[in-house]
Amino acid sequence: MGTLQRFAMASMLLAGTAALGAPPAASKVTSELIAAAKKEGKVVWYTAVDLPVAERVAKAFEAKYPGIAMRVERSGGERIFQRIGQEYASNIHAVDVVNSSDAAHFIVWKRDGILAPYVPEDVALHYPAEQKDPDGLFASWRVWLSVIGYNTNLVKREEAPKSFADLLDPKWSGKIVKGHPGYSGTIMTATFQIARDLGWDYFEKLARQKVMQVQSSADPPKKLALGERAVMADGNEYNLFQLKEKGEPVEIVYPKEGTPLIIGPGGIMKDAPNPNAARLLQSFLFSTEAQQLMVDFGGLRSFHELVKDKPGRKPLPEIKLMKDDPAAVEKQADEIKARYSKYFKV
Amino acid sequence: MGVAMPRGRRADLSGAVLPLFAATLCLLVVLPIGWLIVFAFTDRTRHATLANFRVLFTDSAFLDPLLTTLVLSVAVSLICCAVAAPMGWIVARSDMPFRRAVRIVVTASFVTPPFLGAIAWELLAAPNSGLLNQLYRSATGQGPDAVLFNVYSLPGLIFVVCCYTFPYVFVLVANALDRIPGDLEDASSMLGGSAWRTARRVTIPLALPALAAGALVAFLQAMTLFGAPGILALPAGFHTMTTKIWSLFQYPPKPELAAAASLPLLAVTVVLLRAQAAALGRRSYAVVGSHAPPRPVKLGALRWPALLLCLGLLSLPVFLPYAALLNAAFSRIPSQPLTPARLTGDHWRFVFVELSATRLAMKNTFVLALLSASCGTLLALVISYLTARAAVRGHRVLDVLATAPIAIPGIALGVGLFLAYTRGPVVLYGTLWILLLAYVTIELPAAYQQLRSSFRALSVELEDASRILGASRLRTLRTVTAPLLGPSLVATWCFVFVAVVRELSAAAILFTSETKVLSVLIFDLNESGDLAAIAVLGLTMLVLTSVVIVIANVISGLRSGPRVRAA
Repeated sequence: MGTLQRFAMASMLLAGTAALGAPPAASKVTSELIAAAKKEGKVVWYTAVDLPVAERVAKAFEAKYPGIAMRVERSGGERIFQRIGQEYASNIHAVDVVNSSDAAHFIVWKRDGILAPYVPEDVALHYPAEQKDPDGLFASWRVWLSVIGYNTNLVKREEAPKSFADLLDPKWSGKIVKGHPGYSGTIMTATFQIARDLGWDYFEKLARQKVMQVQSSADPPKKLALGERAVMADGNEYNLFQLKEKGEPVEIVYPKEGTPLIIGPGGIMKDAPNPNAARLLQSFLFSTEAQQLMVDFGGLRSFHELVKDKPGRKPLPEIKLMKDDPAAVEKQADEIKARYSKYFKV
Repeated sequence: MGVAMPRGRRADLSGAVLPLFAATLCLLVVLPIGWLIVFAFTDRTRHATLANFRVLFTDSAFLDPLLTTLVLSVAVSLICCAVAAPMGWIVARSDMPFRRAVRIVVTASFVTPPFLGAIAWELLAAPNSGLLNQLYRSATGQGPDAVLFNVYSLPGLIFVVCCYTFPYVFVLVANALDRIPGDLEDASSMLGGSAWRTARRVTIPLALPALAAGALVAFLQAMTLFGAPGILALPAGFHTMTTKIWSLFQYPPKPELAAAASLPLLAVTVVLLRAQAAALGRRSYAVVGSHAPPRPVKLGALRWPALLLCLGLLSLPVFLPYAALLNAAFSRIPSQPLTPARLTGDHWRFVFVELSATRLAMKNTFVLALLSASCGTLLALVISYLTARAAVRGHRVLDVLATAPIAIPGIALGVGLFLAYTRGPVVLYGTLWILLLAYVTIELPAAYQQLRSSFRALSVELEDASRILGASRLRTLRTVTAPLLGPSLVATWCFVFVAVVRELSAAAILFTSETKVLSVLIFDLNESGDLAAIAVLGLTMLVLTSVVIVIANVISGLRSGPRVRAA
């Protein structure tokens, strides 16, 4: 997946101020670490990845390291962020390892000093430099796109929207479903990129299309599969891959204007209640094994250079992408939410 | 301490009881409300300000939800009365076949949490994928855009809220009609009054206070409900006050605004309850004379149509939703009717094998429900004893304090408790205790009122005998009164248990990942659209709740049955 480097933006570098001194040395999974983790016996992962994918990863971890119970706390990226903020404000340290769908969150957590430095060996050896924090606090665990999609039973291929602009056609009024940037980190990131490249009046017009508003970016693909709406204006490419490969009547559209690129970093908490299990899990999450599972079962994409694409999925270099910019998302998040609520009334 | 008590006359702790219970109730009620008020009238640095209310009453982001909530509450109140009153009359006063069964099903439908009902109605009446809309299109041969009923709309929300609110009104009305003695009506007809005149001059006036109480309960339920709007309002593109308050906890959290937005709900509730007390004060009249059982009105040829009507109405909150949940739990795609080809056990495997939050949420829910039901019943028992028997001076304070939480919407209490216990000296946020406090507080008024009325129906002679023989008040309560109250206690316990399992509004504010309960887990699953997993969890929750209730009733039947008879 070395090709991904071309598309990976320097955002991570922006995120971390220039590291003083060398980043922490890469950590191998040692038998001492495994023994210490097993002694802790459990690990808690806060993640924004769609629940079935998260639980599948958890079961793989538990199978590899029997005796460590892994609990998944899944919620939308923005809600994970709010949850950690709320819990940490009351000195509740429940989370060991965190993964968000909004890379901007890691800028905040790094600034707040609540992440612990830890560089799994796989990250050191197989991940491009732009996809890891120079201070070793986090790395890009997964990458995916927020795409347009449609139900092939309800929409003919020729009539399907090809671009964001197409979604404003009156014929789609009442037929569109989309996620919400107040709950979903994916949608927050995508909304930023689309507003930046197409202008806010795109959303102002889209809001008049009687859009069905759901929360998670994992939900619009499911609403397409149900046949509840014909078209989704945003949502996870990876859910559509999963559904399509199961034979559900859904199809992906990479919009002409460019497709929002979403990067979901992962890191471990300084005050993790199970510090050893946290390290073990972090190493596992970035291993070839977990990354390949995430790609094959989950439909996600990976920055790990040894992980192979699944045939039949459009490779990233062939897709016109929008540029991600977590630093700007971090600055504008509140404004984006406020503006979005103004147009969409929720 | 140190003071020698004469033998045979043990210390009567009753004197210490009032301050103790008053303090407990203050902790439960006054503390969260106090914080709510403090936050509502201050800014981030706790300087006094009215800015929160200025935003609340000028920003359309708050005014629209206020208006929507008002429309929702009025509509629900009216519709519930219009449906529950005739149905209550049919069940209580007519000779309709299976009327007891109908009554049991209505009461049992209380077990369904409104949020689960809302999700079930998504499966039934989402405009395109809803099973009923699909059926409608295939039956009428209309195109893909034809929609019979869209649940993602204000009428849709009103409908769903009505489904899960009308049992309250129904039970109130039917119970009131039970209590109207038949001889009053007989007297009216003997004096030449027509059936309609009897109804108009006797039955309706006597049932009216109950109906008014029902209308009020329905209004307050609809106004403070979070579950159903939490599921349906966002896709429909609007907020109610409760969903708006909840959304204020998004990052960056705005607890000051959330507190300010909770106060109107609180104020409206207090005003309406006072109005009701005033109105009923004038209108309630004791029915004297013999309590002849009501005379069932012969429906004649209308008996079976009446049953059909009742079953049709019951299909809306009970039969159709559970059919939809069963379908979703076993069908590959929840929106497709189950066929052998689509049958799958995957969703059950997912929930019970893969979903790592299931076991913890189940454990938390049932631990909390058992504890809240036990603590709540005990607290209500002691307080209702003290007030019903005027056992201590100042017992009226206890009465007010124990009834006060009825005026606190669950979400407001959630916000208040969050503000009270996320900062020192006592940090309970993140523990099950804060949820226990919330649940006991929310359910206390209902438990208290139920037990107080049972006390009033109980003669005091046995208690007096026990006291004369030297037992303290608390001992009398434990050994004499409580056993006599057995059935009421079990009913109260079950009521609190069920209410806790279905509670979402306070839990949605107060949970952490370690203290997640089933209702919150289901609400989270709804966020990512995992409808099949919700169906599995919802059905499991229903079965477990029913099992607990049956067990509670069996145990109480074994234990208190003979003793009550002996008494």
